[in-house]
Amino acid sequence: MGSDHTHRRWSHLQKVLERSGPFCRPDFEPSSETLKFLMENCKLLVIGAGGLGCELLKDLALMGFRQIHVIDMDTVELSNLNRQFLFRHKDIGSSKAEIAAKFINARVSGCNVVSHFCKIQDKDEAFYRQFHIVVCGLDSIVARRWINGMLISLLVYEDGEIDPSSVIPMVDGGTEGFKGNARVILPGLSACIECTLDLYPPQVTFPLCTIANTPRLPEHCIEYVKVIQWPKENPFDCAIDGDDPQHINWIYEKATERAAQFGIQGLTYRLVQGVVKHIIPAVASTNAAIAASCATEVFKLATSCCASLNNYMVLNNIEGIYTYTYEAEKKDDCLACSQVPREIEIKDPNWKLKDLIELLCERSDLQMKNPGLTANINGKNKTLYMHTVQSIEEKTRENLQKTLQDLGLRDGIELNVADVTTPNTVTLKLKFSQTDVEML
Amino acid sequence: MIKLFSLKQAKKDGESPKAGTQKKASAAQLRITKDINELNLPKTCGTEFPDPDDLLSFKLIICPDEGFYRGGRFVFSFKVGPNYPHEPPKVKCETQVYHPNIDLEGNVCLNILREDWKPVLTINSIVYGLQYLFLEPNPEDPLNKDAAEVLQNNRRVFEQNVSKAMRGGYVGSFFFERCLK
Ligand SMILES: [Zn+2]
Repeated sequence: MGSDHTHRRWSHLQKVLERSGPFCRPDFEPSSETLKFLMENCKLLVIGAGGLGCELLKDLALMGFRQIHVIDMDTVELSNLNRQFLFRHKDIGSSKAEIAAKFINARVSGCNVVSHFCKIQDKDEAFYRQFHIVVCGLDSIVARRWINGMLISLLVYEDGEIDPSSVIPMVDGGTEGFKGNARVILPGLSACIECTLDLYPPQVTFPLCTIANTPRLPEHCIEYVKVIQWPKENPFDCAIDGDDPQHINWIYEKATERAAQFGIQGLTYRLVQGVVKHIIPAVASTNAAIAASCATEVFKLATSCCASLNNYMVLNNIEGIYTYTYEAEKKDDCLACSQVPREIEIKDPNWKLKDLIELLCERSDLQMKNPGLTANINGKNKTLYMHTVQSIEEKTRENLQKTLQDLGLRDGIELNVADVTTPNTVTLKLKFSQTDVEML
Repeated sequence: MIKLFSLKQAKKDGESPKAGTQKKASAAQLRITKDINELNLPKTCGTEFPDPDDLLSFKLIICPDEGFYRGGRFVFSFKVGPNYPHEPPKVKCETQVYHPNIDLEGNVCLNILREDWKPVLTINSIVYGLQYLFLEPNPEDPLNKDAAEVLQNNRRVFEQNVSKAMRGGYVGSFFFERCLK
């Protein structure tokens, strides 16, 4: 690759990054180092290689980012090909992440996309910690909440203040038909997914008695088969898999019978697929616009050349083009991001659980009444003691007499404590004051 | 506004082979811990946690002390998913019951379990909703249509059918297992 070509290839970025301008952030320093950082060091994770993911990978790679990882558990399907343009007919059945990475690497010289064909939940903290920015093109709220929780769990607090170097910004795109949104989340600093969970409308559900007795819509018939007939007849001895054509077919046939019985029109195979998988038709142009906005935000975060989106952008293409931006507010009582883990000092590792509970009730800044305690030990949730629920109390009572060490409670373990005195479960981090001494 | 890349540091490749674990409890987990710790059960209800470490799946036992179902013992299974409280828990009745709002497969027609669920509701709200179903079975929203019709047309016959079912026996062509306390 000739230097002239290289120069021309990135000249537009150099104009932005090597000169100052009226829209630059005050702390922005024009320098050729920034482009170098962007190309050589800045490590991105793209979550999802579907409609948004294909756009994101293309946008980011052409923007100069080279250290890109992509993670997706799905395989290519025929119905993806109209908009997920990194895939071809021959790719059907292959991993989306792998095919997308291969395509970008072949098409954009110098770019190094690394693929991960798995669930996001299969990766651990060390994996996520390596990235500077995480970009999401997801269609699932569960997955969004999970990665949100993961990035928050990577935050390091010092004296109650967040260590900025532990913040991994999350740029999140979402689309539904002609509507979409892009947002920038600075975990621990600005509104997170959990703070704004109300924004996600709950799935449309129909009263069970309606779908059972007085169906009026084709959707009622499909829901009936899904909720009542499937568990009853269990045709394939497993839960419904929306990607299995046999399953969809079975539901389609049964729902058609039911629709005929009640004289309901409009039941189609596609509708069955849509209702079972909660699909809203994807629109390529919405994906393109939202991905472009997300990629721009990644660029701004990576280079500091311009202030970030603050912090939620809505796009509506249903009638004309409508967009506005507002600041989603961080919730003071957010279950995910307001939890500055408080430390609780354990003076003696031979303390019993009952001593710890006594401390929670006595400490002037806590003054709890009947705390219920759980902890995550070696990745497994453990209920240590819960006084208020009889059946749990009986099974956990013996823990009271055990020492913290015997219960697996070590230095740094986080306790989740629920009590009537606090609106939410609070997190307390155990600090054993003698650990250092013992180690010596 | 913090400048995230003032250090412009290269991040280390930290991927380790062990499976992913979040050291922090998930928001759903934190929320259910709170819900369970603050369960305020009516005296007719009790819970059973087969595995106390798993607060996401448990059973609720209702033993009504008044109304049609007095003397019965009804077990409900609760399954709380990772999207709680955005989505309601899945609740099934494990005891066969002759009831207009509960079908013979254990599906329960209770508005807050489906269309009227809101994240501010808690496990406690559901417990009270279920308890209410036994005090005031509602023939307007039937899931077991036969039972609803009988309740609407002849409360005495309904009452007899309920006791027949709870003692263990046939109502119509369906055999109910005994569920008296
Ligand atoms: Zn939050």
